[in-house]
Amino acid sequence: MKAVYFAWVRERIGKAEEEIDPPAEVVTVADLIGWLSRRDEGYAHAFENPRTIRAALDRAHVKPDAALAGAREVAFFPPMTGG
Amino acid sequence: MEIRVQREDFVASEEALALTRSRADVGAVVTFVGLCRDEGGKLAALEIEHYPGMAEAEIALVVEEARQRWPLLGLRVIHRYGRLAPGDQIVMVATASSHRGAAFAAAEFLMDYMKTRAPFWKRARGVDGAVQGWVEAKDADDASAARWRAP
Repeated sequence: MKAVYFAWVRERIGKAEEEIDPPAEVVTVADLIGWLSRRDEGYAHAFENPRTIRAALDRAHVKPDAALAGAREVAFFPPMTGG
Repeated sequence: MEIRVQREDFVASEEALALTRSRADVGAVVTFVGLCRDEGGKLAALEIEHYPGMAEAEIALVVEEARQRWPLLGLRVIHRYGRLAPGDQIVMVATASSHRGAAFAAAEFLMDYMKTRAPFWKRARGVDGAVQGWVEAKDADDASAARWRAP
């Protein structure tokens, strides 16, 4: 699946998007955050405080317990500050 | 019901006029424009990042909810992205209805919901060229959005 990152999540990870292929035991958005966090310091820094991370699946907001099943695009970003 | 996410500036009065052109049933138009403040002379620019595709989709959901809550005859939402200087326009909402109550309420609802749901992020640049960092989400914005929810 495609993963996209925005704002300081993108800066800490060091890339705007990438293809990821999580193993079968990664079922939910929270699982994916855990799996990505173990990749390197950048990911760990980006996801160090789960309270400040928002996620979207196929461009719709989701909670951490949402299942990844079938989603083509996952996004991680800080709380929105538009308007 | 027009939604635009764009780099370019806009002319709010023209957008509002478009809501009443060649019709006579509109009794009220409310236009809100959000601008980039200079924060007491300390801010040089705001850089606004967005999630293309999702930004439009989330605004569309908020617009749909507004249409279900109030009898709107027309509506426009424009949100800019990119580098904006103090005094520049950032966002615009225009609502048209038969009566002012619905137009005022829908405009405020759209802004409150858009701030907490639409995927935009602001980064501040200081006058000395230094990055001041990403603007943090405010609890006050969540509270403003929450008051529209049924008790």
